[in-house]
Amino acid sequence: MHIEHLLTFVTLGPAAGALILAFIPGRLEKVQRWAALLISLAEFALSCLLWANFNPDIAGFQLQTAKVPWIPQLGISYHLGIDGISLLLVMLTTLLMPVVIIASWRSISEHVKAFHISLLMLTTAMLGAFVSLDVFLFYVFWELMLIPMYFIIGVWGGPRRIYAAVKFFIYTMVGSVLMLVGILYLAYSNHLQTHVWSFAYSDLLKAGRQLQMGHSFFTSPQMLVFAAFALAFAIKVPMFPFHTWLPDAHTEAPTGGSIILAGVLLKLGTYGFLRYNRPMFPDAWHAFVPLILVLAVIGILYGAWVALVQPDMKKLVAYSSVSHLGFVMLGLAAGTIASTEGAVLQMVNHGLSTGALFLLVGVIYERRHTRMIADYGGIARVVPVYTGLFLLVTLSSIGLPGLNGFVGEFLILAGTWRRYPVAVIFAALGLIFGAIYMLWMVQRVFWNPFTHEENKSLKDINLREVLAVAPLVIFIVWIGVHPTTFLSPMEAAVRSLLMH
Amino acid sequence: MLGSLWIIPLLPLIGFGLNLFLGWRKARKSLVTIAGVGSVGLATIAAYWAIIGYLEQPARVIVERYFTWISAGKITVDAAFQIDPLTVVMMAFVTFVGFLIHVYSIGYMHGESDTAYARFFAYMNLFMFSMLVLVLGSSLPLMFVGWEGVGLCSYLLIGFYFEDTYCAMSGKKAFIANRIGDVGFVLGIFATFAVFGSADFTRFLPIAAAHPQQYAGWATAIGLLLFVGATGKSAQIPLYVWLPDAMAGPTPVSALIHAATMVTAGVYMVVRCNVIYRIGPAALLVVAIVGGLTAIYAASIAVAQNDIKKVLAYSTISQLGYMFLGAGVGAFAAAIFHVVTHAFFKALLFLGAGSVIHACSGNQDMRTMGGLRKVMPTTYWTFLAATLAISGIFPFAGFFSKDEILGRTFAAGASNLHGFGWLYYILWFLGITAAFITAFYMFRLVYMTFHGEFRGTEEEKHHLHESPWTMTLPLQVLGVLSIIGGFIGIPKLMTGHASWNLIEHFLDPVVIPLGTGHAAEIAAGVSEHSAGAGIEWLLLLVSLSIAVAGILVARSFYAGEHAFEKPARFVERYPLLYKLILNKYYIDEVYDKVVIQPLYRFARFCWKAIDTIIIDGVIVNGTAFMTELTGDILRFLQTGNVRNYALSVAMGVLLLIVILW
Repeated sequence: MHIEHLLTFVTLGPAAGALILAFIPGRLEKVQRWAALLISLAEFALSCLLWANFNPDIAGFQLQTAKVPWIPQLGISYHLGIDGISLLLVMLTTLLMPVVIIASWRSISEHVKAFHISLLMLTTAMLGAFVSLDVFLFYVFWELMLIPMYFIIGVWGGPRRIYAAVKFFIYTMVGSVLMLVGILYLAYSNHLQTHVWSFAYSDLLKAGRQLQMGHSFFTSPQMLVFAAFALAFAIKVPMFPFHTWLPDAHTEAPTGGSIILAGVLLKLGTYGFLRYNRPMFPDAWHAFVPLILVLAVIGILYGAWVALVQPDMKKLVAYSSVSHLGFVMLGLAAGTIASTEGAVLQMVNHGLSTGALFLLVGVIYERRHTRMIADYGGIARVVPVYTGLFLLVTLSSIGLPGLNGFVGEFLILAGTWRRYPVAVIFAALGLIFGAIYMLWMVQRVFWNPFTHEENKSLKDINLREVLAVAPLVIFIVWIGVHPTTFLSPMEAAVRSLLMH
Repeated sequence: MLGSLWIIPLLPLIGFGLNLFLGWRKARKSLVTIAGVGSVGLATIAAYWAIIGYLEQPARVIVERYFTWISAGKITVDAAFQIDPLTVVMMAFVTFVGFLIHVYSIGYMHGESDTAYARFFAYMNLFMFSMLVLVLGSSLPLMFVGWEGVGLCSYLLIGFYFEDTYCAMSGKKAFIANRIGDVGFVLGIFATFAVFGSADFTRFLPIAAAHPQQYAGWATAIGLLLFVGATGKSAQIPLYVWLPDAMAGPTPVSALIHAATMVTAGVYMVVRCNVIYRIGPAALLVVAIVGGLTAIYAASIAVAQNDIKKVLAYSTISQLGYMFLGAGVGAFAAAIFHVVTHAFFKALLFLGAGSVIHACSGNQDMRTMGGLRKVMPTTYWTFLAATLAISGIFPFAGFFSKDEILGRTFAAGASNLHGFGWLYYILWFLGITAAFITAFYMFRLVYMTFHGEFRGTEEEKHHLHESPWTMTLPLQVLGVLSIIGGFIGIPKLMTGHASWNLIEHFLDPVVIPLGTGHAAEIAAGVSEHSAGAGIEWLLLLVSLSIAVAGILVARSFYAGEHAFEKPARFVERYPLLYKLILNKYYIDEVYDKVVIQPLYRFARFCWKAIDTIIIDGVIVNGTAFMTELTGDILRFLQTGNVRNYALSVAMGVLLLIVILW
């Protein structure tokens, strides 16, 4: 295999896998599961190869595929490449897929084939969105994500799944349609200047930077196009006040769906800000930084407050995501090297920690079919290993030093402090509320008197579930103890991105 | 061992891992004991080995860098340990006292199930690891790793009996109160990075010391922010509220974490960053004021507590106040000196209390104790030694350290330090009053517990016994230390030689001299001078007589035939005051009403009103509803009936004709 095909293999591999899966007869559910698992493991192996071949000293895109014209009349082509930022997110995605498949081994019992095909298609879409070097291609992958996720929520979800799925779809769609307009406008203005049609990232980057700033928002092309992109990404993140689709989607989605949603899908929003909004529209970015900062800080605090009073574990974790991603946005808005590296690392951290939290909530949900905190209490006695794992992930989520969450938050806040100390002071309050809502949940679920007799027969976490959560735990500790492994590959990319 | 300091904390970390494994496999207690106590024993040996190695070589500060922990942009944190005189002192007592308490726990926890026993030692070992990282860490972020780590272990150990709501709640309360402080701490770290470019002690402290004037403003801010962390960890006003509830944990935990080691981390931090506090004197002043107020405030609460551990808890808060008072008047060595002696006598007091509780079948209420002196002589005599030490009776350990702090506070007043001489006099007065109250409540405790007749049930009386040797041996060792521990800091006044004050002399290099000609340096230098030998002797006598007076009052209140009569009369005469003190000035209730309840109400408002109704209801689903409504209305235009369309066409034509005509 030639090295320039590697990214193609990684990106389209899952889709090819989905195609293979389609030919496995519907009755052979076990075969389908194993096939999907093997494909996802192969994917992870391939992305490790990506890691191995990655040169951390190069700032720009590397391991690029050949540029293959797709719609040559409009200058649209198939072109992939990665830098240190997308590398980490690709790794996160491929790491989470086997986790999701193992976690869904028992909980998904209907339409098994369709579920795994959806998962694999979703993987391709997410990976494609991370590594596309053609903006149109990016958009295609971006929209492609919606369809499998829509099915995952709508078919395998909870009682209100249809509402949640439609809400998720339409809400996200509203944002992305405007982004499409923005992309077309960029390509058009590029054509006006160069007389060549192109959707290449590098060309549109130039086009975006040359957009006029104008005097007010509505007369400023750069601000308008910025806003078109920003809205799409802000909904995806989700930033306050665009977040209300998230709790519904999370609570209704099956465990696997929640893991991907929190683990990867939301990251596409923050990634979009970093990859598109910031470098393409530097002046507009500059003008919008105060707003982003304010919304980020509100998100941090507001998400934490709302999480505090949730009676449903999954909803609590969902709102905690709003809070955590507020930190990521804060780091991106501050735009120092430390805060940006912290933000990218925190994207990964959030994927690991929140993914693990959803997974573990799913473990107990499968046994008791309730996610209500009030239905538990004192279960540490019956499920000690589960309790230990849950506690570890909780501590990672509330940023205990030595685990991953701390490093990300530390870099974000320390980096932001140089420019916006007041924002940091408010954001840091989120660290307190984060501890409160997580530990209060832990107290009511695991500690306290053992009140519900039906929990007596609760089985501790089994080997399959431990295997599902183990990779996440390993990286939670690894990033906490030796984050340099993950910070150094992105350093050059972040540095060059911020230079512009 | 010097050269690989990392081995010292690693050993208890291995113990933690082993105990988790043993607990999972439901292994026998003996194996857990070997792993749990053995690892700490080895760590103690390793620590002393390192200390000996350190003392044998000339360098005063050795930094060992292992790898880059975090590095991004201008933020770099190395995983590095440092050993200097301050670390030596801290490490020496942390490992040794920690080891003794581990030994004690063998006996104290033997009644637990095998898994609970393993879990206990796992947490204790993790604590030792974190505490050693805290002490050895060579930068603020690394100190913070240990800082939050000990907080985690505190959380886990307070909530050790997690099926009890109160225990679980208390653990969480401790974590959150500490978190509030920790936010201040991390903000201080961020500011340090921004101002000095590094948070390594060997980098930013010398920079600050070299340019005291330039950094005075920022040093004040950083000092105050870091001190917010200290008020959490070291239970000072206003964040002290978690420590009394922390007594819900097993007693060895109270001894190790909530008396001897963890809670002194804040003092350690202030002394470690003394340069910052010296060049930002406002911060130092705040430290002194908070310390002084806490000392007397907590002591006053201890007077009315009936739970033996609660008395000791408030006593700990009060003694920590003394330490901050010492640090706050620039007597950094004296503060650390008190940390060390306090570790001896307060650990002993807690372990003694544990021994008592053990004998009284878990009862902690002193009103139903009494007369235990006869049944448990070892516990009694060692407890008495510690009580004399904390009361400040010559020549017990607490006398020297407490007197040093009070003397230096008075000297600060006499030399009009920072122009706030009167304030230091007030603080001295608070300190000396607190000393009186300390002697009183401690002897109240002793009389109520060990003297008189046993006031519990017959069944309990039958059960009374002296504790096993694993518990009494640590008591005896700590008893000896409580008696002679003070001799490491004999004041110059008594011997005429400054070098006899071993600990102060040893800690000298920790206090880096400031750049020349700085006003604060001169001011700080002033407090080094004594207030004159005559006055010093006088002060010494005052503190001694105050302590004796406290003991005598306690005796007249709680000992002899008329015991408990005077206190009863006092309560009758001042019922409101008594109620106020008994209920700890209702601070918990105030916090609940003013902070916690409003927070939850506000959170519920955010959820129900803002999120559910406004954002999701009105805006999101409102938009969807409007879309649907528009569609419903517009539907009537597209009925599919040709007649309707024909009518529209006809109307349109008509309209056009009218307009054009």
